[in-house]
Amino acid sequence: MLKAVFRTMRAHVIAAMAATVLMLAGAWPTAAAEPIKIGFGMALTGGLAGNGKAALIAIQIWAEQVNAKGGLLGRPVQLVYYDDQTNPATVPGIYTKLLDIDKVDLVISGYGTNLQAPAMPIIMQHGMTFIGLFGLAVNDQFHYDRFFQMQPNGPDAKHALSQGFLEAAMKANPKPKTLAIVGADAEYPQVALSGARDVAKKLGLKIVYDNSYPPSTVDYTPIVRAIQATNPDAVFVASYPPDTAGIIRAAHELDLKTTVFGGGMIGLQFSSLKQQFGPLLNGIVYYELYAPEPTLNFPGITDFLRTYQPRAAEAGADALGFYLPPYAYAGMQILGEAVEATKSLDQQKIAQYIHATSFKTVVGDVRFGKDGEWVEPRLIYVQERGIKGNDIEQFKQPGHEIVLYPSEFKSGDIVAPYAAAKH
Amino acid sequence: MAVSLDLLLSAVVAGILLGGFYAAVTVGVSISFGMLDIVNIAHPAFIILGSYIAYIVNTHFGIDPILVSLIVAPAFYALGAAVYQIYHLAFERRGDESLRGLAFFFGLLFITEVALILVFGVDYRFVNAAYIGITLHYGPIDLPLRMLVPFACSIALLVGLQLFLSRSFIGRAIMAVSQDRLALQLMSADPARIKRIAFALSIATAGVAGAFLIIIQPVEPSVGRDYIGRVFAICVLGGLGSFPGMLTAAMLLGIVESVTATFYGPSWSPAVAFGFLLLTLAFRPSGIMGR
Repeated sequence: MLKAVFRTMRAHVIAAMAATVLMLAGAWPTAAAEPIKIGFGMALTGGLAGNGKAALIAIQIWAEQVNAKGGLLGRPVQLVYYDDQTNPATVPGIYTKLLDIDKVDLVISGYGTNLQAPAMPIIMQHGMTFIGLFGLAVNDQFHYDRFFQMQPNGPDAKHALSQGFLEAAMKANPKPKTLAIVGADAEYPQVALSGARDVAKKLGLKIVYDNSYPPSTVDYTPIVRAIQATNPDAVFVASYPPDTAGIIRAAHELDLKTTVFGGGMIGLQFSSLKQQFGPLLNGIVYYELYAPEPTLNFPGITDFLRTYQPRAAEAGADALGFYLPPYAYAGMQILGEAVEATKSLDQQKIAQYIHATSFKTVVGDVRFGKDGEWVEPRLIYVQERGIKGNDIEQFKQPGHEIVLYPSEFKSGDIVAPYAAAKH
Repeated sequence: MAVSLDLLLSAVVAGILLGGFYAAVTVGVSISFGMLDIVNIAHPAFIILGSYIAYIVNTHFGIDPILVSLIVAPAFYALGAAVYQIYHLAFERRGDESLRGLAFFFGLLFITEVALILVFGVDYRFVNAAYIGITLHYGPIDLPLRMLVPFACSIALLVGLQLFLSRSFIGRAIMAVSQDRLALQLMSADPARIKRIAFALSIATAGVAGAFLIIIQPVEPSVGRDYIGRVFAICVLGGLGSFPGMLTAAMLLGIVESVTATFYGPSWSPAVAFGFLLLTLAFRPSGIMGR
C-alpha cells in the first residue's frame, strides 16, 4: 500500500514539474514580445485637429513600416495616444496618465506650441526625452536638455518666422519702408509678432500698425480696414486657420493695397484652404515647410507622400500632406534611430545620441543644437502664383509655390506689389 | 490711432452688419431662454448643424446656403419639437428643469458636436455663393455681400417673427405663456403645447442662422462654443423676451466690437463689449427693453 502511495505522489510531482516547464515555455510572455509603447496627446478634435489627424496618420505609417521590419530592439512598436481636443488644459492630465498609468516607454508631443508647453513640467519631472511637433520657442525658458523640436525654426525660433517673410519682402520693388503686424491673442502668434518687431527694427522698417485680435473674432474687415488706413508697405500676419481665412477674405473684399502681404499664416499649408481659396492665394507670401519645387526634393519624401496621400483621403485628413506629416514622420525616424543606435530605452542615452547626430530624414538632414532646436533654420517662404480655379491637383505640381527664401532653395523672385501679384 | 470720420463710419456700418448676424444667432435663445425660461445651452450646436446641412447641399447641388436653410427649416422645427418633448417629460414636468435640464442641454451640445466630428471630420468647411467675395463700395463705406446678405435676411427673419408673435393667435399664446403660464392654463390652453411650438420655432431659427454663419466664416464642429457666451449676453442685454431689445443689443454689441477693433485694437473688443453689457445692466437690470 505504501508503494502505491509513493507511486501516486511521484506521479503528481512529475505532473507538476511538467506543467511548470510547459507554462514557462509557452504561456509565460517573454520580454522580447512586449511592445515598446510610444505615448502622446494629439489634436483629433478642435481647431488644430486638421493637422493633428494628418500627423497621426504619418506616425502610424512609421509604426507600421517599423513593425514590418521587426520593430525596435526586436520588439513591436505600439502607439498609445489620446485626443487633447486642442485644449491646453487637457495636456498635463494626458501625459500624467501616459507616464504614470500607461507606463509608456517613449513620449512625443502633440501638435502646436499651445499643446506642448503644458506638458513640459511633467516631461521634465519624469526625465523623458521629448520630441516636440511644431512648437515655437517652447524650450526657450525651460532649457531642458532632452527636448527636441521638429520644426525647422533654428536656434532663434522667435525671429525665424518673420525673418524669412521680411527678408523676402525687402527684395520687392519698391523696397518696403513701413510694416503692419497683426496676429491672434494666442501663444504662437504672439511669439511670432514679438520676433517680427525685432526683425523689423533690424531691417529699418517702421511699424505703423501693431495689434492683436481675439481668436473668436467673427469679422476681420474692421481690422483690415484699420491696417489699410496706415498705408503699410508690407503686412505681416501671424494667424491660425480660421483667422487666416477671415483675413484673406477681408483683404480681398476691401482690396487691400500694399507691396507685400502674408506672413506666418497657418492654414495656407492645408489642402482644404488651398482648395477653397484657389486664386485668392495668388500673390500671398507665406511660409511652407515643403513645396513640390525641384529645389526641395529630399530623399524619401516622394515615397512617403505617395503612401500618405491615399490614406489621408480615406481618413478625411489633409489631402496634400505638405505641412505637418513629413515632420511627424521624420521625428519618428529620429526617435527610432536613436533607440536602435543606443540599443536601449534609457532616456539620457537617447537624448545624448540625438544631440550628437546628424539624421537623414524625409525632410532632409536634421541636426539639433541648443535647447533642441535645429542648428540651421529651414522655414521656407513661398509666393503663390498662377493658381486657377479650385482643383487641388494643381498644388501638387511645381511652379505654383515659388520659393523666395532661403536662398539655397530659392526657385524664383518675388512679384510686387500685391495687387500685381494677385493677377 | 487717430479717429478719422471715414474710418468711424466704416466701423459703425461694419458693426451694424455684424450685429444683424448676431441677432439671427440670438433670436432662438431669445425665444427659448427669454420667453420660455429654458436654458438651451445647446442652441449653438443646432446652429452648427444648420451650417453643415447648408454645406452638404451647397457642395453637392450648388444651392444657395440660405435657400437650403429655409427648405430644411421644417425639419429643424420637428427636431426642436422632439427635443422639447423629451425635456418636458424628463425634467420640466418633474420640476427638475433648473440643474438637470441644464445638464441635458450640455449633453446635447457635446453629443451634437461629437456626432458632427465623426461624420464630417474636423476640417474647416466653406460654402460657395455668387455674392461671396463681392463688395459694394459707397464712398468710404464698404459693404461686403458676405456680411450684407446675412444681415438683410436676418432683419427679414426678425420682422417675420415679430409679426407672427404679435399678430397671430399662436404667437400671442407664446407671449402669454412667457408672461403668465397659469393664466394661460386657465384659458384652456395647454402651456406645454405652446412651449413646444415656441421651442421648435427657436430651433428652426438656429438652422437658418447656421446658414448665415457658414457664409460669414468657415465652420468646424466646435465653433459653436464661441457663441454660447455671446448669445446669452445679447439676450440679457436686450431684455428677456424682447425682440426689438435683442436686435438693439446685437447692433450695439456689433458696433462696440467693430469700433474698438478699429481704433483701440481688436484685443479689447470682447472686454469693451462685455463691459458695456455690465454697465447697462448696472443701470437697467432688466435690459435695454426688458420689462
